[in-house]
Amino acid sequence: MRLTFRVNGRQQQADDVWEGESLLYVLRERLGLPGSKNACEQGECGSCTVRLDGLLVCSCLVAAGQAQGRDVVTVEGLASQAKKRADGRSGGADGRTGKAGTDLQPLSPIQQAFIDAGAVQCGFCTPGMLVAADELLERNASPTDADIREALSGNLCRCTGYQTILAAVRLAAARGTADTAGTADTAGTGG
Amino acid sequence: MGTQMRGTAAPGRTPTSLSRRSRTKGGIGESTLRPDGTLKVIGEFAYSSDLWHEDMLWGFTLRSPHPHARITSIDISKALAQAGVHAVLTHDDLPTAHTQYGLEYTDTPVLADGVVRHHGEPVALVAADHPETARRAAAKIKVDYEPLPVVHDEASALADDAPILHPNRDDHHAGHVPHPNIVHRQPIIRGNAAEAAKRADVIVTGEYEVGMQDQAFLGPESGLAVPAEDGGIDLYIATQWLHSDLRQIAPVLGLPEEKVRMTLSGVGGAFGGREDLSMQIHACLLALRTGKPVKIVYNRFESFFGHVHRHPAKLWYEHGATKDGKITHMKCRIVLDGGAYASSSPAVVGNASSLSVGPYVVDDVEIEALALYTNNPPCGAMRGFGAVQACFAYESQMDKLAEKLGMDPVEFRQKNAMSQGAIMPTGQIVDSPAPVAELLRLIKAMPLPPEKQWETARGAADVRALPGGLSNTTHGEGVVRGVGYAVGIKNVGFSEGFDDYSTARVQLQVIGGEPVATVHTAMAEVGQGGITVNAQIARTELGVTQVVIHPADTQVGSAGSTSASRQTYMTGGAVKNACEAIREKVLETGRRKFGTYHPAWATAELLLEDGKVVTDSDEPLADLVDVLGDEVIDIELQWRHRPTEAFDPVTGQGFGHVQYSFAAHRAVVEVDTELGLVKVIELACAQDVGKALNPLSVKGQIHGATVQGLGLAVMEEIIVAKDAKVCNPSFTDYLIPTILDTPAIPVEVLELADEHAPYGLRGIGEAPTLSSTPAVVAAIRAATGLPLVRVPVRPEHITGT
Ligand code: FES
Ligand code: FES
Repeated sequence: MRLTFRVNGRQQQADDVWEGESLLYVLRERLGLPGSKNACEQGECGSCTVRLDGLLVCSCLVAAGQAQGRDVVTVEGLASQAKKRADGRSGGADGRTGKAGTDLQPLSPIQQAFIDAGAVQCGFCTPGMLVAADELLERNASPTDADIREALSGNLCRCTGYQTILAAVRLAAARGTADTAGTADTAGTGG
Repeated sequence: MGTQMRGTAAPGRTPTSLSRRSRTKGGIGESTLRPDGTLKVIGEFAYSSDLWHEDMLWGFTLRSPHPHARITSIDISKALAQAGVHAVLTHDDLPTAHTQYGLEYTDTPVLADGVVRHHGEPVALVAADHPETARRAAAKIKVDYEPLPVVHDEASALADDAPILHPNRDDHHAGHVPHPNIVHRQPIIRGNAAEAAKRADVIVTGEYEVGMQDQAFLGPESGLAVPAEDGGIDLYIATQWLHSDLRQIAPVLGLPEEKVRMTLSGVGGAFGGREDLSMQIHACLLALRTGKPVKIVYNRFESFFGHVHRHPAKLWYEHGATKDGKITHMKCRIVLDGGAYASSSPAVVGNASSLSVGPYVVDDVEIEALALYTNNPPCGAMRGFGAVQACFAYESQMDKLAEKLGMDPVEFRQKNAMSQGAIMPTGQIVDSPAPVAELLRLIKAMPLPPEKQWETARGAADVRALPGGLSNTTHGEGVVRGVGYAVGIKNVGFSEGFDDYSTARVQLQVIGGEPVATVHTAMAEVGQGGITVNAQIARTELGVTQVVIHPADTQVGSAGSTSASRQTYMTGGAVKNACEAIREKVLETGRRKFGTYHPAWATAELLLEDGKVVTDSDEPLADLVDVLGDEVIDIELQWRHRPTEAFDPVTGQGFGHVQYSFAAHRAVVEVDTELGLVKVIELACAQDVGKALNPLSVKGQIHGATVQGLGLAVMEEIIVAKDAKVCNPSFTDYLIPTILDTPAIPVEVLELADEHAPYGLRGIGEAPTLSSTPAVVAAIRAATGLPLVRVPVRPEHITGT
């Protein structure tokens, strides 16, 4: 089947998609966006987390067909997503994306915070963590530790022991959620 | 070592250790950020599972459903006939007579050779144009099995009529094992335990058990093999040790090593699970057969079968002590289940036996450790191997002894703690700081977390702070707090006489008007941050800020494995050594060019700082750019740690380990005693790291290791049934700690230099995995009063149901 949907703000098309293919497979293998990771294919690890019409989903559990006509945001689009939200409030320009919807923007605040706090080791959990953490900060500008734990409880990390991940989310929140969290009207529509 | 290039009779002196702090920004001791961080947060870092090649095929592995069976026939015709399938391979298709591989013994068939010895053993391979096509085709391969009797524990493995799993052993331990189903056995006898036992006022015995833990790295086994025009192959792979893979791959393919060119791709964690080969040879075989690039990516189910696990163990211990709290003696017997193939079992046995006493002074010991061949899944390297199992047992014993003597468990440990100068059971003198008592003091002195944190101002309990969490199983009723302590000892680097070395190639040149160093090693960056540290070392040694890390590949000499807490010591040491040689060359050139302008060129101790040659009193002599001009200084050198020696096969005596590493934990838990649910509230760690080259990364290692230890304590186990089949190969049934299961982890770091190691550093990645587990279990015991002799502790162990 043919599939048409928006990824990170760009219209994308995939042909010859099998019935059983997951959204994750289409993103990774057909659209050249391998940022979303596959660590279990069973909805248990969160490394494939993306946003589908603003909602967090495990893309390994979403049949590709379900994405037809909808908006998807992956880790590759997080920076333009953040820029767009910031611009949305200040009335700025549209975020640009490069090849296959990869960001040309500087890092989003949550991405920068993950680097600065040492929240990245092997980095395999990072894309999913970032998408989930970004979504948290969008709806809760100053989350408590309990809020962060709850929001990231579906994302496994085997390397960090989560301490620096907590620190990174706190850091991004403290640095000013102005750049991170969107307003309700622009948030989560995948831009 | 470290002096190969210093024969050039230089008039000045070059310091080989930095007696003062380097000024160059981004050097050692700073928490510089990862060079791969940006790519990783934007999703563009290329992991081995992300690789793509024009025209590429997907490989898939058919695995045995039986733990032990004879293969009577294989029919691949239906699979081959399926559209989209390019090749199907079985053992009969292997290109050479060299059809086995292995880390220590060459005992593992590339594809099953008439017999399968464990559930999940690879039997056949398929290459097809879509992963699903490959999977379906594999399901059409018809294999007839004739099940054989299964060996699954010590009794069945060593029984008189036990099937011998490897009847034609030719490994170096074959000659002195008491039974062919024993991979390796290492006794250690020191002093006279029987005699010393007579002095004991109390004697405590215990039988302990450790379940099979999985590394559960998130990035599955994967890689891409691309056939080359010269008949060779280019392999892009996630591994822990490129050259060890190479040594095992090339003979099976029938290729000289230089025709198997390996490049490290992004590695999604390792923890020992990538030390053995997984799909490496399989992808190469399919690529050579089809003439097309072949990618193999395991899914999680397959990953549970695709790598070795932590050895499950049974441990029998006896300790005695005098009334005033001095340990008199220790006897133990440690039986590790190595599973169907040897992997690193011999080294695990060596660690378990030599570290079985723990970080304590016990002069009279009788120790035996062995690993079995069984039909269970093969076990091998996982973070802290051998030492993890022993630590759970000896630390459980320490609490039991303290209780019997009516002593405080920390004070009892401190009374018996080793320190520098102590003698190991192997007779080896611990010749660098061993601050065991101090680490215990540090964790004990940390403030305890407040009680009953679930209580809120509004009166309703915050169930997120309670055992069971959002399952809302208690509001505080039946919840009891417990506190537990543990400390452990781990060896660093490869032991027992292994020729352990690493190689670094460093180039220094002027690019765009700036001095730039390029560091090329084959070190596998698996997430630990070795590339960060290598760059820091180059900055410190060469006084440059621009350092390029060349991708790791087999075009440079071996770096050894990213395991055994060894890479900062070994490859860090190799980079330092190569940089020292480069510095020597720079100064030589400088003296030639500018020596006549300033007497300090000949007389002072010279350093490279901030892009300049400076004297030890900070007087600048020349810019590096001017000294170098067009010259490219390019040096590749091997570097070794001081030699170790094998343990005596009978007495276990010998200078077996190059360095020891120590960490201690205090666990605070709350247990819902009615349901048996445990919430770890805090897991504090104190560790001596010698020298923190990158403090942020050091803490990252301590956090990660601590949580893996927590996982072993209360969650993680691969369940293998009596019929040797794996019951829970998925993240649904094999649970690793989530962020909700993970407590706060306050960390205290000591930096007591080891004079034998580069910068005084100590390998740190494993020690915190050891003590975390027994600390958590001690805390649960304190809360419940139960003996709890097995990990992971399950709710039913607490409720007794
Ligand atoms: S890959 Fe989707 S949740 Fe694990
Ligand atoms: S950084 Fe490796 S899994 Fe999270």
